[in-house]
Amino acid sequence: MNSIVSKSSLILGLFALATTFVVTITHQLTAPEIAKQQELATLANLNAIIPNTLYSNNLTQDCIITTDQFNNPIKVFRARNDTNENIALAIEAIAPDGYSGRIDLLVAIDFNGRVLGTRTIKHTETPGLGDKIEIEKSDWITSFNGKSLKADDDPNWKVKKDGGMFDQFTGATISPRAVVKSVKRTLTWYELNKKDLYNQAINCGDKA
Amino acid sequence: MSPLQEISWQGLWKNNPALVQMLGLCPLLAVSNTTINGLGLGLATLFVLLGSNITVSLVRNWVPNEIRIPVFVMIIAGLVTVIQLLMNAYTYALYQTLGIFIPLIVTNCAIIGRAEAFASKNNVKLAAWDGLMMGLGFLLILVALGIVREVLGNGTLFSGAHLLFGSMATHWQITLFETNETFLIAILPPGAFIALGLLIAVKNKFDKRIEALVVGEKKAKTTERARVTADNIT
Repeated sequence: MNSIVSKSSLILGLFALATTFVVTITHQLTAPEIAKQQELATLANLNAIIPNTLYSNNLTQDCIITTDQFNNPIKVFRARNDTNENIALAIEAIAPDGYSGRIDLLVAIDFNGRVLGTRTIKHTETPGLGDKIEIEKSDWITSFNGKSLKADDDPNWKVKKDGGMFDQFTGATISPRAVVKSVKRTLTWYELNKKDLYNQAINCGDKA
Repeated sequence: MSPLQEISWQGLWKNNPALVQMLGLCPLLAVSNTTINGLGLGLATLFVLLGSNITVSLVRNWVPNEIRIPVFVMIIAGLVTVIQLLMNAYTYALYQTLGIFIPLIVTNCAIIGRAEAFASKNNVKLAAWDGLMMGLGFLLILVALGIVREVLGNGTLFSGAHLLFGSMATHWQITLFETNETFLIAILPPGAFIALGLLIAVKNKFDKRIEALVVGEKKAKTTERARVTADNIT
């Protein structure tokens, strides 16, 4: 009896070792490529909202991790030019009040507080209705380009149904409303923390 | 029929993992909303099934009966992780769209089912062929569902082909009709259930036709009455 148990355990152990070995080797071989792809994807997202003619630093590496108003950890990428002048920030924003959960956004704001561009990074809104907040489905998200907040309670920063300047979608008001609210909140937050955001030491990316 | 032909017939049609065995329905229904998503998950499942069948068949004489299931699960989980890492590295965008359903291949009952029912009892050649054919059977249904749902829901075909085939496939998308009001139910999970149900119905109807034909021929030769009903209830 004992010998059967120990034999089985031994075989099971050997299999565990073998599979772990194979997974480890694959991980070692693919890790650099995965890191490269992730960096490329981040850069593609960033360049879609901050044109790469505007800055000359290594945007994906000039990055800080901080917390937003709700204490969510978020990343901020900082674009600077040749003379190290501050050009723009790309700020991760979280809209907690989407129709079916949170919506992750990336908002680029230039030094003067004007929106350069916005993208929806991740969401679970209804396909065919609320998912028009994606750039692949509709260009609605570009309606933020060039807009800025005139006052903290700027009445234009709402969807049209609520008396503002942004379109809602037929059959879906909650998703665009959540996005507008989140971009607006990010702008307010930017004005309050502008200096810190540009000056804080890098604490993410490869060098961290 | 030769054993290889018999295995192909079983995997692709008679004992199709999705249409007859009804295994692995969760990923099948969840990601079949576009053709390319279906193809991507189908390929990933095919590779895992092929790899797990080969490995299980190779070690089948070494593994004591009592611990075979944990060993099979370990092999499958290891393989899935390897495929997941490879997809993350080389088809990054597709990996992002399929998301959680790649690691979830581990829980696809079709895979452990084939390991237990076939690969652990047959030689490597037959097990590999079985894995390939079962995987292909699963892939075909995923793609068929993807086509039906994408056409009905969005009026397009092969949207997002660049996720799988790279930048050369950027213009592969075929737009059959333009619409602002998408046919929502086709894209949502209920649409997947309905479409799968219809596919199964079509298959059964087809089977009955063929059977009726075969039986008809037999009837002509022998006068014996064919008992159709008993064979049909499977």
